[in-house]
Amino acid sequence: MAMEITQFLLAAQSADAKVRTEAETNLRQFQEQNMPLFLLSLSVELSNDEKPVESRRLAGIVLKNSLDAKDAIRKEQLVQQWMAIDVSIKSQIKDFLLKTLGSSVPEARHTSAQVIAKIASIEIPRKQWPELIGSLLNNMTQQDKPASLKQATLETLGYVCEEISHQDLVQDEVNAVLTAVVQGMNLADHGPEVRLAATKALYNALEFAQTNFENEMERNYIMKVVCDTAMSTEVEIRQAAFECLVAIASAYYEVLEPYMQTLFQLTSNAVKGDEETVALQAIEFWSSICDEEIELQEFESPESGDSGPPHSCFIEKALSSLIPLLLETLLKQEEDQDQDDTIWNISMAGGTCLGLVARTVGDAIVPLVMPFVESNIVKPDWRCREAATYAFGSILEGPSVEKLSPLVQAGLEFLLNAMKDGNNHVKDTTAWTLSRIFELLHSPANDFSVISPENLKRVLGVLLESIKDAPNVAEKVCGAIYYLAQGYEDAGPSSSLLSPYLTEIISCLIATADRTDGGDSKLRSSAYETLNEVVRCSNIAETSSIIAQLLPVIMNKLGQTMEIQIVSSEDREKQGDLQASLCGVLQVIIQKLSSTDETKPIILQAADQIMLLFLKVFGCRSSTVHEEAMLAIGALAYATGSQFEKYMPEFFQYLEMGLQNFEEYQVCGITVGVVGDICRALDDKVLPYCDGIMGLLLKDLASSELHRSVKPPIFSCFGDIALAIGEHFEKYVPYVLPMMQGAAEICAKMETSDEEMVDYGNQLRRCIFEAYSGILQGFKTVKPEVMVPYAQHLLKFIELVSRDSQRDESVTKAAVAVMGDLADALGSNIKLMLKESAFYDEFLGECLQSDDEQLKETAGWTQGMIQRVMVL
Amino acid sequence: MAPHDLRRPFKRAAISDQQKRRELSLLRQAQNRRDAQHQARCLASSILSLQSSAPESEPEQSDIEIETVPETEHESEALSKDLDVRRASTLRGPEVRKWFARQLMLPEWMIDVPDRLSQDWYVLARPSGKRCFVVSSNGTTVSRQRNGSILHHFPSALPAGAKTRDSSGSAQSYCILDCIFHESDQTYYVIDIVCWNGYSLYDCTAEFRFYWLNSKLEESGACNSPSHYHKFRFSVVPVYNCDQSGLYAAYTGTVPYVKDGLLFYNKHAHYQTGNTPLVLVWKNENCSQYVIDTDGKGEIPSQQQVVLELQDDRKLVTSDDPPVLVGCLDGDIIEKSGVQSGNLLRFAIGDEGLSFVDGKLEKADLIYLDKSNRARAFADSYSKVIFQFMVRHSPLKIDDLLASINSPDGQGKIPSDIEMVG
Repeated sequence: MAMEITQFLLAAQSADAKVRTEAETNLRQFQEQNMPLFLLSLSVELSNDEKPVESRRLAGIVLKNSLDAKDAIRKEQLVQQWMAIDVSIKSQIKDFLLKTLGSSVPEARHTSAQVIAKIASIEIPRKQWPELIGSLLNNMTQQDKPASLKQATLETLGYVCEEISHQDLVQDEVNAVLTAVVQGMNLADHGPEVRLAATKALYNALEFAQTNFENEMERNYIMKVVCDTAMSTEVEIRQAAFECLVAIASAYYEVLEPYMQTLFQLTSNAVKGDEETVALQAIEFWSSICDEEIELQEFESPESGDSGPPHSCFIEKALSSLIPLLLETLLKQEEDQDQDDTIWNISMAGGTCLGLVARTVGDAIVPLVMPFVESNIVKPDWRCREAATYAFGSILEGPSVEKLSPLVQAGLEFLLNAMKDGNNHVKDTTAWTLSRIFELLHSPANDFSVISPENLKRVLGVLLESIKDAPNVAEKVCGAIYYLAQGYEDAGPSSSLLSPYLTEIISCLIATADRTDGGDSKLRSSAYETLNEVVRCSNIAETSSIIAQLLPVIMNKLGQTMEIQIVSSEDREKQGDLQASLCGVLQVIIQKLSSTDETKPIILQAADQIMLLFLKVFGCRSSTVHEEAMLAIGALAYATGSQFEKYMPEFFQYLEMGLQNFEEYQVCGITVGVVGDICRALDDKVLPYCDGIMGLLLKDLASSELHRSVKPPIFSCFGDIALAIGEHFEKYVPYVLPMMQGAAEICAKMETSDEEMVDYGNQLRRCIFEAYSGILQGFKTVKPEVMVPYAQHLLKFIELVSRDSQRDESVTKAAVAVMGDLADALGSNIKLMLKESAFYDEFLGECLQSDDEQLKETAGWTQGMIQRVMVL
Repeated sequence: MAPHDLRRPFKRAAISDQQKRRELSLLRQAQNRRDAQHQARCLASSILSLQSSAPESEPEQSDIEIETVPETEHESEALSKDLDVRRASTLRGPEVRKWFARQLMLPEWMIDVPDRLSQDWYVLARPSGKRCFVVSSNGTTVSRQRNGSILHHFPSALPAGAKTRDSSGSAQSYCILDCIFHESDQTYYVIDIVCWNGYSLYDCTAEFRFYWLNSKLEESGACNSPSHYHKFRFSVVPVYNCDQSGLYAAYTGTVPYVKDGLLFYNKHAHYQTGNTPLVLVWKNENCSQYVIDTDGKGEIPSQQQVVLELQDDRKLVTSDDPPVLVGCLDGDIIEKSGVQSGNLLRFAIGDEGLSFVDGKLEKADLIYLDKSNRARAFADSYSKVIFQFMVRHSPLKIDDLLASINSPDGQGKIPSDIEMVG
């Protein structure tokens, strides 16, 4: 029997913290004591139109959260919990929910629709709610039912379709659902409320409608209804219909051909004359088509096979009409769009689409755009100049270098002059265009650049002057300097070209970072990020003294952040951001200077002070670890080597903190990486810290809370530790090896249809092999016998991986290497096992024939190791 | 259910420097891990860290004095080929040279013919010249002679041997070759391979090593003519199975270098530092200009000379492990000449020669000459002393070798029948 919980639900939303906490405790107790009854009570609350809207809202939310969670493991628990509930109670709950769809309160109907979909996602694939579809369809077919019920029913159908696969139902049911939805869009039969709900439901059901889209007649019908709906009188319904078209462009690109004429008309009219919300969707339709064709082109190029879906060249065919349409939108800028990040308008959407079209068709776009550029760029109206510049900047990616470089070379001087235009937008877009030019057409490392050595002085002169302009312009100029510098990375003799200007560039960037008119910290972080790239790409032999001088400047700035007055959490956040930027710069400097023997002593001399600063940065926070400082410490450990030992007593607590940061998993992941750096730096001197580190790493692995991406690197980290401490790793073997074996078994069972899971599986395999390699090598000379009991399992795992067609190259390398390590470390101990494993000959043979030199060598080495064992 | 978000990145340089730094860090860590594991795989070689700890700044003409202080002697004795890189990397200066000096595999002199010569052995004509280790790493190549001193410091086409723009090898990529530098054609003749591109071949059989050498050296471009990034040419030496035709080919065949005897490699032997009976050297006047040892002036002394090491208890021993006792030094010589234990001393063999009992050296007629040249790293080996003695009295002839191969069971063993008194 359901319980009356209205008071608790209301109290749980009280402004009084005490009342609130008490109510939450009561609700939780109820939940823990009798889950089924608790859920039933919530559904009763939600369904009762006499209850206050606030308690019904919370009842719905709690109910939904009892059925679904973002985290996969948590979700699985909730599913099991639901399935364990007595059938009769479940069926009561479902009845209350279905009843709520007829409520007079819109919010209750909406919440109920969501909850029904969640239950459907559990029960329909298990065939436990066969009557759901029937009863929903019943709501639609009966003429006398109120529009509000039909609206809620359509919403529910949409959500259900989104949650389940069409394969979970028989085809008749699928057809009936889609018929109900599409009929709901019919103008003659329904009012706007129902038609809007039906259109949105169709949007959610598009994937579900896969088989219907494969059938030409049904597809024709659906497309006709959607296109008709796109011309409804209600703007909201038109927008929803265009949203359907955008989704269809992505999902059903390959069958769109017959409709393209109509779709072009529809979208073209919308772009020209409809409300902006509709016009934006219409442009998005073409952007989505570009996305599809770009992906097809990328997919197609390496293979010549005809396995892929067909490329219909819609963009190419529509080009001559599409380009003028898009160019027209560029002139509809808003006054303040460069200052406000939240704006998204038709000129921005049109410009973005133009860039995508350029990437899709390449050279063909150039003659269609250039006349617009040439005629508008000199006009007195800033909108014309800005649009012309934007159009030019948009087509720089896609067309060939041969086609573009004469144009860019001819226009470069004009653009440099335009950095003094009277209008802020024009300057903003000009700086952005320059950054695109440097990104795409300036590559001295490959002996190509539109900037001649003679011209560089002029280019830099303009940039370093314009970086003093308004913050939005200065930020774009930073981007231009970023790409300009990037071109000189590893550029051989050309990398010297930038050296004479380095001091000036660095001081301008620091002055920019120090500006106080930037509003938010965006300009400052752009300036520091650009500084990083400039340092990274500089020619170390020529600029080491400049970078050496930069080091104390940045250290000083980081020291100053400790003195910032912290009053509010906002101050704290600002301090953290600034420290992040400065730690980032330090990391880059440390890496740059420690990369050569000549400059490394600079870092070694400053290491004590740098480390002290990082520790102070950590000290600014109580419970979390500063991610950027942690990253920089990894670089410092690498640079200082065994000298890092003296920092460990002080630093260790932060290492522990980082390893326990489940929530900011990036921090945890970086800390795991730093443990590896420290192992390599300290070797066996890391031993006193290993118990602590290993305990936390094992906890991390076992945690269901921690993001899965951190887990594979933890295995690699075990290898790092084992290699550093050798035989002392023995005491961890009983804990670590079963985990490695367990993970190996998980790999074997992993889903192979999901691309993301395949990548993850490959990463996990590689990391497990790296762990084995490190451990085997660590024990090799002192106690190899420790690993003998684990050899068979490892060998089986290698065999399994060797038979996996989806393994990637890095996994293959790791597998071959670990096999060599196994033979090297265990020698005659595994002779019998090897004799019984027939697979390795074939596997090594395959690797020896690889084109990858590294793999071939490793395989050769492993072969030698195995041969050695076999003759023993 | 989520509303479709239309927003696309607009007019913004796609810089996420933090993400970039994270990725670069991950790359660096992955590379370092690979290097560390790779280094562990090549533990036996140990050369790289030595190289980086004994930087190029070491002048070529630096004194090549080998200090023979007993304590460090003991220490370096412990540095076997399985020496831990981390320990080796703490060595500096003279120790580095000393350590290097012990890394070469040194053939024993053939004083009798081994069994199964035709089945288990290779033969090659040894080039005359300076025996050295050639190490390429970190974009440079260094050759070190037997006494540990540097012969050349140069760019080469060996993996990691030159700073070329496309050299993408990891820091741990390096090679160690066992070579003879042949002065007249300025060529390094590779007689053995110890590490290739970071892969240790110490524990591989000679069969495997020669196979590897032949397939890799040519491919690397190291055999090409010298160029800007490749100062000296490398060349392989033809290796034959030691059957009759192989031995004959090695003995009489024309080679582009001046021969200095024949080297015999046991096919199953691993690369072993120091003296080994699994590699043998043999020579006569037909295949070597230097059959009988010369003195410092390049002349053949009338009496055989030997270099022996003085031990604490006045014992004079060979460089073998364990050392072979040859004689004792008179106490008054020690007093007069001020020699100390650990010194290498030069002796002449007197008229009474060497006497053997049951094939073992019983007594030698040693006449003290002086302290040995400071450039010497080791005393003579037992087999060298014996071989030189045999050369002067009853040499092992090429016909003896051929006869051993031709003997019915291929096991013909020529007794060294040494009853050589006087």
